[in-house]
Amino acid sequence: MIEFNYISKAFNGKIVLDDISGHFDRGKINLVIGTSGTGKSVLIKCIVGLMQPDQGHVTFDGRDIFSGEKQIMISIRQEIGMLFQGNALFDSKNVEENVIFPLDMLTSMSKSEKLDRVNVCLARVGLENTNKKLLPELSGGMKKRVGIARAIVNSSKYLFCDEPSSGLDPKTRFLIDELIKELTYEYNITTVIVTHDMDSLLTLGDYILFLKEGKKAWEGTSEDVFYADVKALKDFLFASKLMRLVREKHGQ
Amino acid sequence: MIFVRTSPVETISSDFSWLILNLVKILFSSMLKLSSMESLGKYFIFLHSMFINRVSFRIYIRQILDECVSIGVNSMIIMLIVSTFIGAVTTLQLRYNIDSPFSPDFLIGFGIRNMVVLELAPTMMAIIFAGRVGSSIASQLGSMRISEQIDALEIMGVNAATYLVLPKILASILMYPLLVIITSFLAIYSGYLAASWILSIAPADYIYGLQFMFESYIVRLAFCKSLVFAFLTTSIASYKGFYVLGGAVAVGQASTNAVTNSCIAILGADYVLTQLLLEN
Repeated sequence: MIEFNYISKAFNGKIVLDDISGHFDRGKINLVIGTSGTGKSVLIKCIVGLMQPDQGHVTFDGRDIFSGEKQIMISIRQEIGMLFQGNALFDSKNVEENVIFPLDMLTSMSKSEKLDRVNVCLARVGLENTNKKLLPELSGGMKKRVGIARAIVNSSKYLFCDEPSSGLDPKTRFLIDELIKELTYEYNITTVIVTHDMDSLLTLGDYILFLKEGKKAWEGTSEDVFYADVKALKDFLFASKLMRLVREKHGQ
Repeated sequence: MIFVRTSPVETISSDFSWLILNLVKILFSSMLKLSSMESLGKYFIFLHSMFINRVSFRIYIRQILDECVSIGVNSMIIMLIVSTFIGAVTTLQLRYNIDSPFSPDFLIGFGIRNMVVLELAPTMMAIIFAGRVGSSIASQLGSMRISEQIDALEIMGVNAATYLVLPKILASILMYPLLVIITSFLAIYSGYLAASWILSIAPADYIYGLQFMFESYIVRLAFCKSLVFAFLTTSIASYKGFYVLGGAVAVGQASTNAVTNSCIAILGADYVLTQLLLEN
């Protein structure tokens, strides 16, 4: 379980996160939602330690990532897999080299063991026989899958996804969401997803944290979200014409 | 009303003073910018961070070899071309400036040797090296930063500075002295060709000049300089690229800053090293 308490962060005096607390449970998909510029990505970066919050603390199964001990931060990070918005794949390497990279860096496995693990992960994300392909040869959806394979190759306990469905067509978006869902339940991972995609919200949200202007405005599940009596959340959910039509059809 | 007439010589002299004054101002403001305490402190913390949580030695070897090719071998062509022309041009300039019936021909070889080994090969080539390698390192690391590849490394628990920067610095320290040795030989040889073909100086005189009053400390000094310049160029460029914030424009700016700051650092270090090592 990941717990974060009283997280605040400001840039040049402008408050981006204001006293945010919450927890992400193991084996569940946790969504952080909100409009653009509400501090979702900053919150995630503070939680994984890429940014130092101005105040607050974050614990991963009881270990404080900002305890000041480098070794604790490194051991926590070695258990984290992260899928970045722009994939952050190493463009000088092919698919196999990208996925094998965490194993090369962090394990003492033999070459054949590493290759076996890479092939298992690539097969799991539906990318068999693409080992030697270079990144420019892949589509956006395939790159996301390579990113997911790299994130889980080291048997990560925590999976963070920063807008995993951005820039993808609806069908591929659905496939990526389904893949993340399957992996979370299959490997009992604590998954945290930053998104503003309504499909992801409906498909994935075991726990939803809604941010508005850097503050926690609502938290709950995907079942409760459409009944929440928070104006900002309603404005966010029913911003699209499609969602408004659905609401009208259901008489709510 | 009093009119003060100034002679053309005074006008030129005051213009020249104005130019020098402004050049000094620009140089000082650049140096202050470079050495602002915050930036300097951050630079030293960055250097220190490379020695925490290092990756395995096996990975370093592979990385260093790759960087040796990228930094050293790929820089060779431009440095060979520049050193060839510099050797030949310096020979012609030297003859033009000391053209006198009282100056013996071997002085050309003597002058070329000292100029090439002490200054032209280590320092001039360092400027070329900063332009070629410094800008490449800064833009490579800057692009990795803005595309979140450095964040991805950090998230995996890999020290990005150690993995990405340390091999570059080590490769540079290994390769740059070799480049200086090669370019020194080439500059002296091109000087020899210019002296014998164009200036009709007897090859024996030129070679005698090369050997005249030779002291090995000039080679040691050149070697020390090349090590320091290689370290400064690579570490400053890496620092500039590693902390890029923004997009493509910021990467371009970092690349430019890497080259200008490296050049200033090289010239400053050149002065300090020459002062220290020539005095002793």
